[in-house]
Amino acid sequence: MELSPLVITLETAGAATVVTFFAGIGLAWMVVRMNHFKGLADAIITLPMVLPPTVVGFFLLLFLGKRSMVGRFLLQWDVSLVFTWQAAVIAAIVVSLPLMYRTARGAFEQLEPNVIYAAQTLGVSEWRIFWQVLLPNARSGILAGLVLSFTRALGEFGATIMFAGNIPGKTQTMSTAIYAAVQANDYALAFDWAMVIVFFSLFFVVLMNWWIARSGKEGCLWN
Amino acid sequence: MELMVRIKKKLRNFTLDADFAVKDEVFALLGASGCGKSMTLKCIAGIETPDSGYIVLNGRVLFDSEKKINLAPQKRRVGYLFQNYALFPNMTVRENIRFAASGTDAEKKQKVQANLERFSLLDLADAYPAELSGGQQQRTAFARILASDAELLLLDEPFSALDSYLKWQLELELGKVLQSYEKTALLVSHDRGEVYRLADKVAVINQGKMEKVHEKKALFKQPESLAAALLTGCKNVSVASPLDNQHVRADDWQVDLLATNVPAKSKYVGIRAHFLKFRPGPGENTIPVDIVQVIEDTFSMLVMVRKAGSDGKTIRCELSKQEWQEWQQWQETGKPIYLHLPPEKIMVLAD
Repeated sequence: MELSPLVITLETAGAATVVTFFAGIGLAWMVVRMNHFKGLADAIITLPMVLPPTVVGFFLLLFLGKRSMVGRFLLQWDVSLVFTWQAAVIAAIVVSLPLMYRTARGAFEQLEPNVIYAAQTLGVSEWRIFWQVLLPNARSGILAGLVLSFTRALGEFGATIMFAGNIPGKTQTMSTAIYAAVQANDYALAFDWAMVIVFFSLFFVVLMNWWIARSGKEGCLWN
Repeated sequence: MELMVRIKKKLRNFTLDADFAVKDEVFALLGASGCGKSMTLKCIAGIETPDSGYIVLNGRVLFDSEKKINLAPQKRRVGYLFQNYALFPNMTVRENIRFAASGTDAEKKQKVQANLERFSLLDLADAYPAELSGGQQQRTAFARILASDAELLLLDEPFSALDSYLKWQLELELGKVLQSYEKTALLVSHDRGEVYRLADKVAVINQGKMEKVHEKKALFKQPESLAAALLTGCKNVSVASPLDNQHVRADDWQVDLLATNVPAKSKYVGIRAHFLKFRPGPGENTIPVDIVQVIEDTFSMLVMVRKAGSDGKTIRCELSKQEWQEWQQWQETGKPIYLHLPPEKIMVLAD
């Protein structure tokens, strides 16, 4: 069995999760503090989660493909995103971001507002409040978001195949490899990849649950 | 240390309208829940923004709608003691205090140590808030405020969620802190006892509207409004029509009463339950009554009466159990009981 789909999947999902993690938390904090157009901002960020992945892939092609403004701009340096490893990462970011954003936002909104007000009245800067009060106290939600978005990126299919294609050794991930194997009537290979995905997903979700259970033990209760 | 507040803010059911000045004293806002008293504190701290007006602390303008000044809470130097203390759950007692302290590392260390000692928290310095009792949490919250550079202390219903014994313990501690604090403090409460024991001056706040500021003794002795009478614990009030400048008709009770002074604009009369006395016969401000209901309270008897033969509103009288026993025997002989409302204790109230 050629292992490149596993390596490519872990690499793209890993790279995408790094971006998603920071962008998701940043967007969540921004939206929580918005006074106007909160609902609209939330809807736009959440949209990739509810749209069919093929639609997401189609829009990525439309906005980042060779004929788009961005695509033509990049072509000046002979760079094209479509059907590259980077395209797989971008597709994974777009579909996994809403999960990170939503769980982080939920975690921020569950924080006792008085604790944040208390920090403000004590003269603590917003920056320190964010890093030392908000993040540590929202950590179980943030960990959950991290694992959910990573596992979502692991299993990403629709947007990836539209935007990054299914090039073995280059952009073929485990889920697109399953698709290719089934197309080629190789059910045994499809089954193997399916089991690998199930194993990884299960492993990370169990890890998340253990992590959350553990982090809940240290004085994390709001009084 | 002087705080001047004059703010208006439109809320869902009413408009908050607060206007007062405090100087080197404990000032209390007494009001029912949801009357806008916590909102007043939040506006002073900068957590909420008033629609108009100004807030000035020791000559520093914290908020001024006309000059477009609205300092961030961080810049106001106003300490806020929250109802649930709002300690940082991810930090120990020491870290909570240190987080609020400013200055160099050495200064921070000194402030943390001084406040740990001051509030007897040395043994608890490494405990997390979830491991502390209510009293210990309150002390930590105080230590944290004093380690910051707060010039004013805001106390938002500090004991509302506690049982009565713990409440008393905390109140004793708070009293000590306030005495040693020697700065201006603003207390918000619905509990008249708390306010009477802790504050120097009191203003009643009713549906967002702040009434006149009083010395606490004057307010409790002679409340001027219905809201003030009820909040200071008066159990008996009746709609009233003034008859002349000494007489008033209590419409709900269906009696005419003599009082020391009856302004023409009076709308209500009230009398505290423990000032009412039973009498064996008629006299001035003394009416025959029917006993409607007798309720045994922990240390006294509550006797609900109404004017004999009428359908007037009941009046609540409070007397010792022993006194009531004697009147019960009197009643068993079939003789009528009279109720005396001392004229000097009758409170004539405006709206």
